[in-house]
Amino acid sequence: METFLQQVINGISQGSAYALIALGYTMVYGVLRLINFAHGDVYMFGAFMGYYLANIPWIKSGVGTSAAGAVFVMLGAMVLSAGLGILIERFAYRPGRGPTRFTLAFWLGLLGAGGGQMAGQTFTSVVLGAFAGIAAGVVLELLGIRPVRQESRLALLIIAIGVSLFLENGGQQAFGADPKFFPQIIPTTSFKVGPLDLDSQRVIVLLVSLVLMVVLNIIVNYTKTGKAMRAVSFNLDAAKLMGINTDRIIAFTFALGSALAAAGGILVSLLYPRIDPLMGVMPGLKAFVAAVLGGIGNIPGAMIGGLIIGMAEVMAVGYGQSTYRDAIAFVILVLILLLRPAGIMGKGMIEKV
Amino acid sequence: MGILDVRNCTKRFGGLVAVKALNMCLNQGDLYGLIGPNGAGKTTVFNLITGVYKTDEGSIELDGRTIHRSKPSSIARLGISRTFQNIRLFRSMTVLENVKVARHMRKKQGIVDAIVRTRHLKTEEDEIERDAMNLLKIFNLDARADELAFNLPYGSQRRLEIARALATSPKVLLLDEPAAGMNPHESLELMRLIRSIRDEFHITILLVEHNMKVVMGVCEKIQVIDYGETIALGTPKEIQGNPKVIEAYLGGA
Amino acid sequence: MKKWVFWLAALVVLAAMESSLRGLIGAYNYQIVILVGINIILAVSLNLINGYTGQFSIGHAGFYAVGAYTSASVVVYGGPAIRAATAFLPQTAQNAVLLLLGIIAAAIAAGIAGWAVGIPSLRLRGDYLAIVTLGFGEIIRVLILNIDAIGGARGFSGIPQLSNFFWVYLGVLITVVTVHNLVNSSYGRAFISIRDDEIAAEAMGVDTTRFKVMSFVISSMFAGIAGSLFGHYTMYLHPNSFLFTTSFYLIIMVVVGGLGSIEGAILGAVLVTVLLEVFREFGAFRLVNFSILLVLIMIYRPQGLLGAWTLFRTRKPAPATK
Repeated sequence: METFLQQVINGISQGSAYALIALGYTMVYGVLRLINFAHGDVYMFGAFMGYYLANIPWIKSGVGTSAAGAVFVMLGAMVLSAGLGILIERFAYRPGRGPTRFTLAFWLGLLGAGGGQMAGQTFTSVVLGAFAGIAAGVVLELLGIRPVRQESRLALLIIAIGVSLFLENGGQQAFGADPKFFPQIIPTTSFKVGPLDLDSQRVIVLLVSLVLMVVLNIIVNYTKTGKAMRAVSFNLDAAKLMGINTDRIIAFTFALGSALAAAGGILVSLLYPRIDPLMGVMPGLKAFVAAVLGGIGNIPGAMIGGLIIGMAEVMAVGYGQSTYRDAIAFVILVLILLLRPAGIMGKGMIEKV
Repeated sequence: MGILDVRNCTKRFGGLVAVKALNMCLNQGDLYGLIGPNGAGKTTVFNLITGVYKTDEGSIELDGRTIHRSKPSSIARLGISRTFQNIRLFRSMTVLENVKVARHMRKKQGIVDAIVRTRHLKTEEDEIERDAMNLLKIFNLDARADELAFNLPYGSQRRLEIARALATSPKVLLLDEPAAGMNPHESLELMRLIRSIRDEFHITILLVEHNMKVVMGVCEKIQVIDYGETIALGTPKEIQGNPKVIEAYLGGA
Repeated sequence: MKKWVFWLAALVVLAAMESSLRGLIGAYNYQIVILVGINIILAVSLNLINGYTGQFSIGHAGFYAVGAYTSASVVVYGGPAIRAATAFLPQTAQNAVLLLLGIIAAAIAAGIAGWAVGIPSLRLRGDYLAIVTLGFGEIIRVLILNIDAIGGARGFSGIPQLSNFFWVYLGVLITVVTVHNLVNSSYGRAFISIRDDEIAAEAMGVDTTRFKVMSFVISSMFAGIAGSLFGHYTMYLHPNSFLFTTSFYLIIMVVVGGLGSIEGAILGAVLVTVLLEVFREFGAFRLVNFSILLVLIMIYRPQGLLGAWTLFRTRKPAPATK
């Protein structure tokens, strides 16, 4: 019984991390009807941003002693990841919805930088390549090369996969392919509650997740922006006609989701400090499963879904089936979709004929 | 007993009763109109007959066979075909291919025939093509057989949908607002066409239409529904004079 | 042209190329050519379900894996008995029999897997179907990881090398001809009608479930064949070759070339395989640029490089007669 309770606690902390990532999936799906495959990589990005922020000398010297340092690392990583989310939305997904400028310049700039790296492998060649790419992009755009309006969701999904591959492989270049170890930004203390062993990390993970979810609920349900978000996810075109700046709301949704994913990344890194550029792949998929499980597009559903997946995994590992760990989320997913395709909290939709 | 028999059918969506204990009986060769104000449940009736929705209560029979538990493709095979209110053509196919698809189920080709291209397949493909072209000719679409269906003008798309529906060799043809978006000249043409389809193909036609001129001009029997219930049934003349119908349309209390 | 003339000529050309190709282009390029061929089989077959039938599957790697492991098991565990039974044949013929048995077993096993996955999941649509197929692909991989007889996490080694250019490209030819004939038949039109409008297709008597499962099973069978050819070329299999990223790359091949076009899938398979190989020395960096190109193509040409363009048009319609 004690081991069981112990597992429940582990499951809840693992699950709340999944829930944080799942929230981003579900919100983006809500507004764009898109599986943002790059979301798991934003989670990875968040963890790395936390890692670098925590290693800034004057933070590093204070880490372990000051709560302010930990808060700074957390919020900093969240803000940076929110920025990444906005960039992804602006340059990868928005071009398919209507005329946007500098898309070509942005990507060709990156491509040029990559080409420069492959050709010369010096800083100058990279910068030159980037500028050449940007210039080419601007010229091509002036010549009238425009993004195509995305009729099919499939193309958008492929773009998401492309962005995901970009972040994973770009991450290997930027952060190095070898794993790094996340610093202990909060002191570890273990204590006993009754028969249970707890430690400060687990408690913090749980508390922070709870606080973030409460904050999210307040934003979505009680602010004007939140109301606009709900309107957009109900019907994008109608929301636009009602004078809502849908592009801005979508960008805000990405920012919010990405910030939550970054928070998830840091919290998980507190528990399992090994981080690497591919760390987002599996949690990303599982969090997506959690979102579907809860009913995609449904915020409380994502939280419940995350907890269920986390719990199921921890239980399976705890009771000796660790080799099947990665399959468990998918087995649950398959079962849920076959039994109740709309998810636990979702509503079914009837196509109009 | 008629060829198409709808008995006591009820369909609910959540708390809304879209169709309520509806009865409808079509005899062989009928040109039957189903009308009613917006939201009266006409298209729901179509969707029940064609199996897109399942009835909550009641039964539907085609030529004495219960069909309300079958899936749409089986119902189509048994002999009910339809057009759609918001045109649903196969957009990446040519005009001819659209009709061919509907013709398949009257043919027998094995998958091995298709992969190895047997002689049997070839003769059957030729038959399908001939049948399809003949249909297109009747609808004056043969000249555009190779164009993408999507590129046809609106009126032609409507006619193509009817041609496609006929390619399944139905016993009963359901037309869902065929005159929608047509100008007076085109609707007149359509009325003539509908009559000639019935006479030449010896089929029964059920028509949902908003354009009263078309309904009154072409149908021999009309059923009026409102809030999923029948409020009148009779010849066009009887319907035109029916106070209940007038009230439903003019939106009296 | 008579059919048998075509196939005889193909066999002769393939055999001639097999005997000279490695010497002409070197072992390294030969290997790339083999990989290209296997990816063509995978991409063209995936195109059947994703491009023509319009169902979004991202679990192709799972069926590829089922084929690869089934075939390898049949050959490794059943090999001695089969060789004994065919001892009167020369060595090459014995190998051919062995490989063909492996391929047939692979196609059947992958087909059954496709059927088992397809029946429950194909009633889901769009994103849900995508994620369930991805899930099934991962479940298959984890199952393989846990079966010790086929190597589990160590990988399956000791597989005899039976396939080569001749067999791989014979497979390519059979795949392309089969898919081409299929999509230009009534079956193909049924597939496309489902992609265009499932409700209308159903109303026109197309049993959409049946055709979706059919297209899924055929697609899986060819993935199984590709798996067999792969395993018997590399002589070693590891579950990590069949991660969902493999499925992603296959989808990229199909989409970059042009969904719903066989030529597109072939072009995509060649381009993606060759580009990734040629720039291999740059490691993850080539993947960075590759992913940018992918995003750009999708933003500026979502129908793929070739779109639905096709080299061989179907027959012209016959004139109407009474």
